[in-house]
Amino acid sequence: MFRNCHAIVFAGLLAAISACGSDTSKSSKPESPAAAPDAKKVDASTAATITGRVVFEGTPPHNPVINMGSDPACSSGNKGEVTTESVVVDNGGLQNVFVYVKDGLGNKYLFETPTTPVQLNQSGCHYLPHVLGLRTTQPLEIVNSDNTMHNVHGMPQTNREFNFGQVVAGLKNTVTFNAPEVLIPFKCDVHSWMNAYVGVVDHPYFAVSGNGGKFELRTIPPGTYTIEAVHEKLGRQSQSVTLGEKENKDITFTFKPAA
Amino acid sequence: MIDEREATSEERKAVRAGLDSRASNLARRTSNPWHHRYIKLVTVCTVILIAAGGMVTSTDSGLSVPDWPTTYGWNMFTFPLSKMVGGIRYEHSHRLIASTVGFLTIIVAIWTWWVEPRRWVRRLGFAALGAVILQGLLGGLTVLFFLPAPISIGHAGLAQLFFCITLTLAVVTSPGWKNATAPVDDPMLRRVAALTTILVYTQILIGATMRHTNAGLAIPDFPYAFGHVLPPLWNAKVAIHFAHRVGALVIAGAVLATAGHVLRHHRARRELVRPAVLLLFFVAMQVTLGAFVIWSGKDPVINTAHVVNGALVLGTSLVLTLRSFQAAMLGSRVRGIASAPVPGFGGAEAARP
Repeated sequence: MFRNCHAIVFAGLLAAISACGSDTSKSSKPESPAAAPDAKKVDASTAATITGRVVFEGTPPHNPVINMGSDPACSSGNKGEVTTESVVVDNGGLQNVFVYVKDGLGNKYLFETPTTPVQLNQSGCHYLPHVLGLRTTQPLEIVNSDNTMHNVHGMPQTNREFNFGQVVAGLKNTVTFNAPEVLIPFKCDVHSWMNAYVGVVDHPYFAVSGNGGKFELRTIPPGTYTIEAVHEKLGRQSQSVTLGEKENKDITFTFKPAA
Repeated sequence: MIDEREATSEERKAVRAGLDSRASNLARRTSNPWHHRYIKLVTVCTVILIAAGGMVTSTDSGLSVPDWPTTYGWNMFTFPLSKMVGGIRYEHSHRLIASTVGFLTIIVAIWTWWVEPRRWVRRLGFAALGAVILQGLLGGLTVLFFLPAPISIGHAGLAQLFFCITLTLAVVTSPGWKNATAPVDDPMLRRVAALTTILVYTQILIGATMRHTNAGLAIPDFPYAFGHVLPPLWNAKVAIHFAHRVGALVIAGAVLATAGHVLRHHRARRELVRPAVLLLFFVAMQVTLGAFVIWSGKDPVINTAHVVNGALVLGTSLVLTLRSFQAAMLGSRVRGIASAPVPGFGGAEAARP
């Protein structure tokens, strides 16, 4: 009797180990929010646009210099001083801020999920881009362009955590996320300075602030929305925006140095 | 017929002396210096393994090798050295050293079973083997499940227990232990030394909890806490961190009490004074390293030194505890021998006072 119990426990343990070891992804079935029966596509002719800027107020913190000496393939692939990308300020604008419609869309609209993968590249022992957005169930293609080994460790809270290795250059793996989650940290544990952040939403209204901290959210149906801006270090800010038909509204988010 | 009569007290004493002498001779005859030296080597390797594990967590490299027991699909032992870069260097080295210690422990168990006359020591050899196997499984599981705190804390705690087992084996197989003629019999020392060892191990578990819940810098200043004696704000991480600091104070007190007792009552006993003084030194070093962990913002080398020195505090306290219990253990052995049937003196009757 006891021997049987031990065998079952052992078999279960082995199954758990093998399951954990082989699955490098991902998710299986989409869990996109159920649209209402009368949900409709957004009417582009009446849609509005939000343009804006993320401003950094104060003196930007100094991004630490990365010592890539632990991997010659990384140090030889980068010339000059390389710093982390935590706080990138350009002409007073803060880059790498994920801006999205957090609330207000409800389930009134139908959105087609793109099947084109979004790419996250590992090049020069950096993640490119540093921050990106994609839709739930949209494929995220992770590529190793370096002549060294990386592990790709996604650390979501809502979706399932994963960690897999990419041994040689040219390897690609695809992952998907079933549930919206902003932001999901990615890291390479081999190269401790490598970080990326991925925003996953169930609609197309998201952007990442670029040069000058600028961003744009297009073809939003008229209505009142909560717009949230999320930065990996400086936290979250949100504001309410009401959009009329074909309106073009300009908004600004202001971040200050972390206390 | 001598078999049937009651033994006199002189005869009983003579028998006991003879038994002790025989036991001592037996110990000498079965004492294998290479066996003892080998166990000492394994104990040192265990400290190196703890250091390697400390470097893995201190550099946050625990998941730099995402698979287990393979390494990026390679057999662990055929993984190319050229690919040991970044965090892989720490994690894979830890696995290789752990495998080596595991292999060495198989030999410990078999060799001890082969040469050791004491049953409990033979069992301890196999306990070491069981512990190292379980430790390997915990190490693998924590990687596969993305370093969950309970498994990682268990891995850290079992590492120290395994170290304690190998150290105990090293102590009880030493010539000094086997040939001891009059070990100290001091109940108070036994109590205070055992309590200190238990407290140190508890403190190590709190430290492991702090480490694996990322609470190492939850209180960022030292010796104060956010500029105050008591933290002005509390959450789970601050509580764990502060418990570790309070634990350090408690242990400092316990160690002072233990060492003070030894130096006051057993100053002539070198086998007790040495670990007592060493314990004072390691505890002072541990508090200093703990302070530098905070001041350096968890520098990996200092952080690891803190872990290793913590093991040395535990080990030294354990050695002192074992030696304080030696008389009691030998006493029970002598009582066991004396109560056993004695040929020629009517068996157990001879043991009655």
